[in-house]
Amino acid sequence: MKPITKIEIITRPEKLEELKAAMNKIAVTGMTVTQVYGCGLTKGHTEVYRGQEYNINLVPKVKVEIVVCEVPVEKVLEAAKQACQTGKIGDGKIFVYPIANAVRIRTGEEGDIAIVDPADMPK
Amino acid sequence: MKKLCTIFSMCLLLMFILVPVVFAADAPAESAIDTGDTAFVLICAALVMLMTPGLALFYGGMVRTKNALSTIMQSFFILGLITVQWVLFGYSLAFGPDINHFIGSLDWAGLSGVGLDPNPDYSETIPHQAFMIFQGMFAVLTVALITGAFAERMRFPAFVVFALAWATFVYDPVAHWVWGGGWIGELGVLDFAGGTVVHIISGVSGLVVALMIGKRKGYGTDVILPHHLPMTVLGAALLWFGWFGFNAGSALSANGLAAGAFAVTQIAAAAATVSWVLTEWVQHGKPTILGAVSGCIAGLVAITPAAGFVGPMPALIIGLGAGIICFLAVAVAKAKLGYDDALDVFGIHGIGGTWGAIATGLFASTAVNPGGADGLFYGNAGQLTTQLIGVVASWVVAAVMTFIILKVIGLFMQIRATADQEIQGLDITDHGERGYAYQDFMTGSHIGLGSASQDSSAKTTSV
Repeated sequence: MKPITKIEIITRPEKLEELKAAMNKIAVTGMTVTQVYGCGLTKGHTEVYRGQEYNINLVPKVKVEIVVCEVPVEKVLEAAKQACQTGKIGDGKIFVYPIANAVRIRTGEEGDIAIVDPADMPK
Repeated sequence: MKKLCTIFSMCLLLMFILVPVVFAADAPAESAIDTGDTAFVLICAALVMLMTPGLALFYGGMVRTKNALSTIMQSFFILGLITVQWVLFGYSLAFGPDINHFIGSLDWAGLSGVGLDPNPDYSETIPHQAFMIFQGMFAVLTVALITGAFAERMRFPAFVVFALAWATFVYDPVAHWVWGGGWIGELGVLDFAGGTVVHIISGVSGLVVALMIGKRKGYGTDVILPHHLPMTVLGAALLWFGWFGFNAGSALSANGLAAGAFAVTQIAAAAATVSWVLTEWVQHGKPTILGAVSGCIAGLVAITPAAGFVGPMPALIIGLGAGIICFLAVAVAKAKLGYDDALDVFGIHGIGGTWGAIATGLFASTAVNPGGADGLFYGNAGQLTTQLIGVVASWVVAAVMTFIILKVIGLFMQIRATADQEIQGLDITDHGERGYAYQDFMTGSHIGLGSASQDSSAKTTSV
């Protein structure tokens, strides 16, 4: 069984389309996208309601989770960096995790075979 | 079964109370009724009615998602509750035959004797019931205004008892004092459409409730933001629209006075919108829409007592002043004093109403309304003193009575929501419904919040 890796990309919501296009180009077909709030070095912004100022510290981000085994992790990282980079504070972070196992619920297949397209599998 | 019996007996009771009215309605109308005046006042009453659901949206947009419905409910339910109270005894207490310039008698309870002929004490040209229902809309709105002060934290049962008690022991007497032949009106205090009766007493009472039941959980530490400002803007627009009925209708006649009141209402609201936005822009660097709608309400509040007594230029000054004064009350004074008047009932209605009542003493002119009086700038300094007496009296009665009412209610029921209820939100804990179903915005289907209890029971029986 080939090692399975999860890549978690937290970035600007407006970069989602570019990121999806970049992943499509390197044949990554599956992903899970979540709307999240977060902050790193970003200080947020100020909103004013009836003269009271509120510091909005957590800003909207998207979290894209991708699990790969065939596609090299380095390739995913490189494509994600290129798609999401603006050079300004708030571009986000990428985290890489090893995955212990994966199960395809429809067929019950386990391991690397559960996350790749059956058409791509060596016969 | 027991419930059915109770409902049936209540219906029977109401029928007996209403019998005299049914007979009164059969009495022939007098020819003195002016159809133009009547049409005008009835339409104005309908406009004022619309202000309460408008207020519900205005307030509803300013609270958090979890309290949107409970806040709207507090205003909307008042439309029912206070109308019933008004019919049964409220109108009689406020406008019924005077007892020692202090309160109306209960002679008109159940609207007995309030028929379709004019009552010359209030207006000679419209049916008495037209006047009654127009004033009823004022009573409804005034009670609804207070709810903004204790939004997001008062339990519904306590709120219902409070609203009934407040309407009976604060609104009805003060309305009698100013408009029903009571001592404040006799003193010569000018209050055209309710600066004292509606705005000062609701604002001051709101502050007292806010102080007594305490701040919302997380106030000052958590970020508590309006959840739907477009809803607030819609509500404010309905309030502005309805306010023409409120002020112009108070002329009780489709005449020049009504036209003047209508014009100055628009002028003051516009001026206050501009001055609030400009003040906020200078102070905080950005002009906000919440500021614009808050400003228009402040201007409308301030012109209300003066509407039938001042000309266009004084109205402009009253409006400009209201925008600045109320902004400072809400953005500076409230922050310094640290109380949680959630939706700024005191800052806008209490302070705006007080400014309007004082400004009436400055700018009133008999050239505008011969039935009124001259103010300080028209050579009558005494009017300002008279207005101040009205202001102080209404502040004191609102504060003291609200304090007593809350203390008494607190003896036999829990007023404030528990910490858990507050965290979950009053929509679910008080009403068992939510303003917004959590859903997947792409498919429109609900994200599982549990299974429908009816379905699951059906499944278990069939298995």
